[in-house]
Amino acid sequence: MNNKYLREELIRESGVNPKKCMKCGKCSATCPAYDEMEYHPHQFVSMVESGDIQPLLQSESLYKCLSCFACIERCPRGVEPAKLVEAVRLAAIRKQGENRMTANDVAEFLDEDVPQQLIVSAFRKYSK
Amino acid sequence: MKVSYFPGCTLKNKAKDLDLYAYKSAEALGVTLEEIENWQCCGGVFTTARDEVATKLSSVRALKEAFSKEQPLVTVCSACHNVIKQTNHAVQNDKEFSDKVNRYMGEDGGYFGEAEVYHYLEMLRDLVGFDALKEKVVNPLKGKKIAAYYGCLLLRPGSVMKMDDPENPSIMEDFIKALGAQPVVYAKRNECCGGYVSVESPDLAKKSSNQVVQNAKMQGAEMIITACPLCKYNLLKNGADIPVVYFTELLAEALGVKEDTDEQ
Repeated sequence: MNNKYLREELIRESGVNPKKCMKCGKCSATCPAYDEMEYHPHQFVSMVESGDIQPLLQSESLYKCLSCFACIERCPRGVEPAKLVEAVRLAAIRKQGENRMTANDVAEFLDEDVPQQLIVSAFRKYSK
Repeated sequence: MKVSYFPGCTLKNKAKDLDLYAYKSAEALGVTLEEIENWQCCGGVFTTARDEVATKLSSVRALKEAFSKEQPLVTVCSACHNVIKQTNHAVQNDKEFSDKVNRYMGEDGGYFGEAEVYHYLEMLRDLVGFDALKEKVVNPLKGKKIAAYYGCLLLRPGSVMKMDDPENPSIMEDFIKALGAQPVVYAKRNECCGGYVSVESPDLAKKSSNQVVQNAKMQGAEMIITACPLCKYNLLKNGADIPVVYFTELLAEALGVKEDTDEQ
């Protein structure tokens, strides 16, 4: 998939217009997973905009986003970076054999208090 | 008053307290929760991608059933509430999405986002009223310092959830006051606990959860209340040394129906 096509696909699917970004960095400043991320929310926006998408597709940062909507809520321009992170993550895990998590992995984190909500949420984020 | 009720997967399993006390308290307040027939799990998180359709159909089915009964749809779990409200908003505002949804749903009439969705707390505030709730309290929780933990899912995105001011909410504090207790306001009350990332990055969840608990304690909290089973799990698993309880448990206690429930 060439970058131009992928860029358009990510923009269409996420509904995000990266051109609206004024590069203030508030999304990354408020991100609770900032320290764990290689590419931060503001970089997702600028790298998708410039078509530099391959590094994002391979980055662990995709699996650190908490989907807490903090960057979506606090962006002064309504860019909603987490929607782009989600679109890139889906582009990565929708490929055959690229699921981040399988049913076999559940045993590793299961303890007697784990709520069902945790298992279904993780599957929805890490598997297709 | 009768309302449609969507309990969700966790409330029938690890979070039975959240469900049971919701029923008992509603009954004491004159509200009948009518469980959606054959409800299916909401999936826990809303996928923001516009081309994700099938994963949102369980929410649409629940919404459609509530609408057909002309009842508001009430949820207790923060996650179900977030997924169902965001799905309803998408059906209302994204024509391409709602066309696809209705093609999936078959021929028994379309659904275009007509149902009203209430979180249980919104039901208490907007349908029952906190003043009316206050009058029904038989066991006021006097002097108890309680921190409301909103987390991320109850309030955000604010433009869709429309529950309260997403940065300076008061609905849970008003709820605590109605029960006769003293709300503790603290900065981290609407920050994430770490959510589902705890399966892959337990350290990140630990850090986030600790910040919430320490901040609440620093402001004098003796107890934290939540509407989210995953928040409760993460806070307790990561060493919360004050009780973390579901808001419905506190409600049942104040309404004097908790002991009846415990005896069953």
